[in-house]
Amino acid sequence: MNELAITVIGRDRPGIVADVAEVLARLGANLTDSTMTRLRGHFAMTLICVGPAAADVEAALAPLAADGQLLATVRAVTPDGETARAGEPYVMAVHGADRMGIVAAMTRVLADAGGNVTDLSTRLAGSLYVVVAEVDLPRGTADELSGRLAATAADLGVEVSLRPADPDLL
Amino acid sequence: MTGDALPATEAYAGLGGWAPESLGVPGELRPVVSAPNPVLSRAGGEVDPTSEETVRLAADLIATMRVSPGCVGLAAPQVGVGAQVFAVDVTGHPKAVTVHGAFVLCNARVVEASRWKAGREGCMSVPDLTGDVKRASRLVVEGALPGTGRSVRLVTDGFEARALQHEIDHCAGLLFLDRVAGAHAIYQRKVYL
Repeated sequence: MNELAITVIGRDRPGIVADVAEVLARLGANLTDSTMTRLRGHFAMTLICVGPAAADVEAALAPLAADGQLLATVRAVTPDGETARAGEPYVMAVHGADRMGIVAAMTRVLADAGGNVTDLSTRLAGSLYVVVAEVDLPRGTADELSGRLAATAADLGVEVSLRPADPDLL
Repeated sequence: MTGDALPATEAYAGLGGWAPESLGVPGELRPVVSAPNPVLSRAGGEVDPTSEETVRLAADLIATMRVSPGCVGLAAPQVGVGAQVFAVDVTGHPKAVTVHGAFVLCNARVVEASRWKAGREGCMSVPDLTGDVKRASRLVVEGALPGTGRSVRLVTDGFEARALQHEIDHCAGLLFLDRVAGAHAIYQRKVYL
């Protein structure tokens, strides 16, 4: 069974999700995990589906991108299944004045500690920049990591908090 | 919902009939600062609740809160003052159960917190975003009233408890952004009150 990773990005308009899903349904592709949002007004969708060949999906999505407003990419990926969650889930929140390199510096600290970012969103609201990352940390590393995050945040002039994720929330 | 929904008189007794008018000075409007202003991220200092400065600040917080549409609480750091003083008034809010009316607390701290629930919060100092934050829905807070300096112990719940925790956080240099539940728990605000 082919597993495909598909991205669709471009100018937002009503009906993009329906158009993409319709193409996939027609080809017998089974939509598994997907996420869609608007990033500063741009439509952005990423999904994994199983079924048809990548070339067939690419050809079927081509008309959607014909007007130059949307970009669709399709590539075959190797199913790697669910990876067991080895670490402890935490939420890192960063906020402060927008400047270059906040995400790079803060996520590098997480990576150097063996943390794996599992979900991330960033928002720019006026001059306020907000980063929220969900991260799996190796057991017992959170306290020491908090200190290193605080030091890096201080260098950047931003605030950071690292709190255990609440699994039963929402 | 207003005070007539109170389950017991004990909650009201907490304020002992204190009202903003008892401050005896007219409040003046102060400009509200927004993140990323650094004053919002610094822990406020303890205050002398009987000092003239604190009484004036309390009156100004009440006045500024009252003219701000949808505002149910305002803390000193939000008007640029690093102090442990805040005003709260959830009167009439549909999610409020226990309501103590409009009041100001100095040097407040949470002494009991339970029944944690998630809820959406906004903030005048983060005007473009809202976020899902878990807060205690049963709360006991101790603090001092401005003017007399009398110590009070407030027992509250629901939306008033949420507002108190949000304001006590402000006084400790924390925003709701520091407590959001996850990567998808922050939202661009679409409707301004």
